[in-house]
Amino acid sequence: MNFLVHLIYLSPLVAGVGIILGLPARRTAVTAAVIAIISALIVFIGYDRATGGYQFASFLPLVADWDLNFAAGVDGLSATLLLLTSIVALAAVWLAPKVDEGEHRYYACILLIAAGAAGAFASLDLFFFYAFHELALIPTFLMIGIWGSGNRQGAAWKITIYLSIGSIILLVGLIGLYLLPSPEQRTFNIVKLQQLASSGAFSGPGSRSVYFLLLLGFGILVSLFPFHTWAPQAYASAPVPVTMLHAGVLKKFGLYGLLRVALPLMPEAARHWAWLLLILLAGNILYVGLATISQKQLDLTLAYSSVMHMGYIFLGIASYNVIGLNGAALLMFAHGLSIAALFAMCGELRKQTGTLNYLDLGGLATNMPRLSFAFGLATFASIGLPGFANFASELLVFFGAFKNSTPGAGFNEFQIVGTIALWGLVISAVYMLRAYRAIFMGERQARWQTVKDMPLSLGWAVILLIAALLVVGIAPRTVLDAVEPGIRLFVK
Amino acid sequence: MTFAPIFFELFVLALGMLMLLLESFSVKEDRKIFAVIGIIGLAIVLLFLQVSVPGPSGMASYVVDSAAIFFKKVVVLTTIVVLIMSIDYSETIRRFLPGGSSQSGLGEFFALPVLTCAGMMWMSSAIDFILIFVSLELVTISFYVLVAYMRRNAASLEAGVKYLILSALSTGFTVYGITWIYGVTRQTNLIQIEHVLPSIPLDNQPGVLFGALLVLVGLGFKIAAAPFQFWVPDVYQGAPTPITAFLSVGSKSVGFIVLLRVVQAFQSLPAVGDRLITAVILLAAATLLYGNLAALPQTNFKRLLAYSSIGHAGYLLMAVAGIGALDSGQAVVVYLAAYLLMTLLSFLVLVIVSVHGEGDDIVHFNGLAKRSPLLAFGLLVAMMSLAGVPLTAGFLGKFLVFKVAFETRQFLLLALGIITVGCGFYFYLKVVKAMYWQPPAVNLAAIPVSKLSLVAIVIMVLLIFVLGIFPQVALGLMPTG
Repeated sequence: MNFLVHLIYLSPLVAGVGIILGLPARRTAVTAAVIAIISALIVFIGYDRATGGYQFASFLPLVADWDLNFAAGVDGLSATLLLLTSIVALAAVWLAPKVDEGEHRYYACILLIAAGAAGAFASLDLFFFYAFHELALIPTFLMIGIWGSGNRQGAAWKITIYLSIGSIILLVGLIGLYLLPSPEQRTFNIVKLQQLASSGAFSGPGSRSVYFLLLLGFGILVSLFPFHTWAPQAYASAPVPVTMLHAGVLKKFGLYGLLRVALPLMPEAARHWAWLLLILLAGNILYVGLATISQKQLDLTLAYSSVMHMGYIFLGIASYNVIGLNGAALLMFAHGLSIAALFAMCGELRKQTGTLNYLDLGGLATNMPRLSFAFGLATFASIGLPGFANFASELLVFFGAFKNSTPGAGFNEFQIVGTIALWGLVISAVYMLRAYRAIFMGERQARWQTVKDMPLSLGWAVILLIAALLVVGIAPRTVLDAVEPGIRLFVK
Repeated sequence: MTFAPIFFELFVLALGMLMLLLESFSVKEDRKIFAVIGIIGLAIVLLFLQVSVPGPSGMASYVVDSAAIFFKKVVVLTTIVVLIMSIDYSETIRRFLPGGSSQSGLGEFFALPVLTCAGMMWMSSAIDFILIFVSLELVTISFYVLVAYMRRNAASLEAGVKYLILSALSTGFTVYGITWIYGVTRQTNLIQIEHVLPSIPLDNQPGVLFGALLVLVGLGFKIAAAPFQFWVPDVYQGAPTPITAFLSVGSKSVGFIVLLRVVQAFQSLPAVGDRLITAVILLAAATLLYGNLAALPQTNFKRLLAYSSIGHAGYLLMAVAGIGALDSGQAVVVYLAAYLLMTLLSFLVLVIVSVHGEGDDIVHFNGLAKRSPLLAFGLLVAMMSLAGVPLTAGFLGKFLVFKVAFETRQFLLLALGIITVGCGFYFYLKVVKAMYWQPPAVNLAAIPVSKLSLVAIVIMVLLIFVLGIFPQVALGLMPTG
């Protein structure tokens, strides 16, 4: 059964290469995405929650001297994220528009981005964990530059340079991490690294600086304030499938890296730097939140909101207890689905009307009953209303933040930032509902009379995303039971 | 299998002479046949090199260690690709040559790289300053001719003159340095020097250091390290493109093996060795910054590659500076192997595009993805690898260099490395942008690619991925220790 994990990232990878070499683009891409989602579902359901630990693991030794393996396997966290990746990838491929010129390149790039994300989540080796993530960099550059909208070239440059610098900082951090243990103990194997951590191999001097590098590198990749400026522009300009994959899945790589590598290996350093993370994430929630309110266009609103929501996930990570980390993991899953659904529908609006400016739109619910209903659901999910997975996860994050207190000691920094974060809920309600009102309610301008409702292909993609949100929202234990054993391993 | 030492060099030398002789006795034949003869001859040498193993050479000035064999393979392979490029480029060469017949003068253009190759192979094995010097001159003098080969092209002549003057100057530095080292140690052999150094009187240490620094300056010219890089952009742009590729890969590679051997030899005396390392660190920092920052505004692809070659010398120097780490030599070797593949691939595509287009500016690559998807993809892979995207050979090289730098605590260089890699993404992707984003200037037809070039491109693309995905292949090039 171990091959199933390989199938999740190999099928889009092989299909992407195949499409470049001349296979029919759309059919191959959809087939690969379906194979990936079936494998991911089997892995997610088949993951033995009672046993915990890494399952479906396989190792192919590459460099014995460094203990470098081509290794893949899952624990609950990575199984969840692989499921997220394959759901969003299928939706993205499914709703990809007809491309007149360079269709092969278009689909190959989408698949390579998906394969990069999936490969990073499935990898149990630091080297390939890093390498797979960067596999998505060049396809993103090409996609935004060729098929983007608005100031696409500027956006493509910004995201690529920003992320490449973030990645290289991360690379230096990971090399530092690799060199921390004594020479004979060094390994790239994530499983062994986590075993080493209990013997204190990563607590020596230098671990704090290495953690700082990792926090910086991963933080840039997740658009941690003040390194978030690449994200809004890129997400607003990128073609819809790329935005869905990037905002929904790929950006979670940095958070996954913190949960998989940085926190379990260097808990002491993580606590040491918690104050810094708290300040920055407050910037994500408050500063970026307010910036989101001031946006006048749907694509920018969504793009900023996706940066803002990273603040909650960071809050769960900073609080460093089981509840908070559970919430962070669940929110990664929930946010990935809800933002992908929102961007998918945003793309349809742009296609139909040619504008996303709030002043130009209005009253579209008359023409687009199905789209406005689905958009409403995704909006509620994004705000965090009960019933959706976002609600359960944000609640856990807040509990996690408030749990970090010593009885009788009064408010500490976690509660202060937690309180600020609660205001973020109001902020996101303000901008999302305003956007909804501006687009779907009110007077319809005469020129929008011919606008049609969303096509069936988009409908299926959105149903897939929202259904997953609802299922996990009503029964969050499906994900939490898988995630929690892994977290309990390193949080007392 | 072992062969008598210097067998390979003699064979290559004979091959080059044979090509010259045949050239002078043949009148009518298409001169390209000589390039094919050269390629076949060198391919045979490469095959034998592949099965040869390190062993004693029986000569004090000449070693056959795994590094020497590796570098010999590098230069032979480079020469083969250079000859392939020269065939594609011969039309351009012919245009700038005086002479009655349409063929005159081409034969030497194919024969001289083979002779240069022999010099470089010698240099990879040389551990005596005298032999190093002699083989260096064999290489440099052939390059004097080759760089200025397009005699009716002012840029080529200018490049030739610049290269001649600055090379002569750098040779002067090297020789002067060698005499100082000889004056103190009474030795020219690097192994002997390593033995003698710890026992030299304290008063003589500055003399040795001075000599070593002078040698470093001389080698700095060869490997294009800042601040000895002035000649690089003009010479690279003016020289015939295959020769530019030869300079930037072959000449640099052997420069680095000599540098490694020299720096290693002086480590036996920490007072001198540590200062030498400090000098290398400063060189690396300057080279990284200069190469990568100056590459940012370039609009000519050949010139861009010239600056990129300076930038990569910076990363290589980073590895040399970490000579205290166990795998510093390995990092240099892997980086050079990657550098060879990606740089030669870029030049090969450049030659094909520039011969069939109007020139070698980046704008001439506009819309290449639509005109010739294969060439564009080849260059895309080369650019990704040069920028250091994972799963390519270039990333593995950077990874090893950064690892060595971290192990030896070169935090300044690491910080500079982070910045310069970011710059690199910008200027390499500028080419990708031209190929994939921009529409072609005029609706040009697909560019024809000769079979030989096609095979070379495909092999190099595959090798870039193989080295990137299976690091053990690259690490097996030269075991540690």
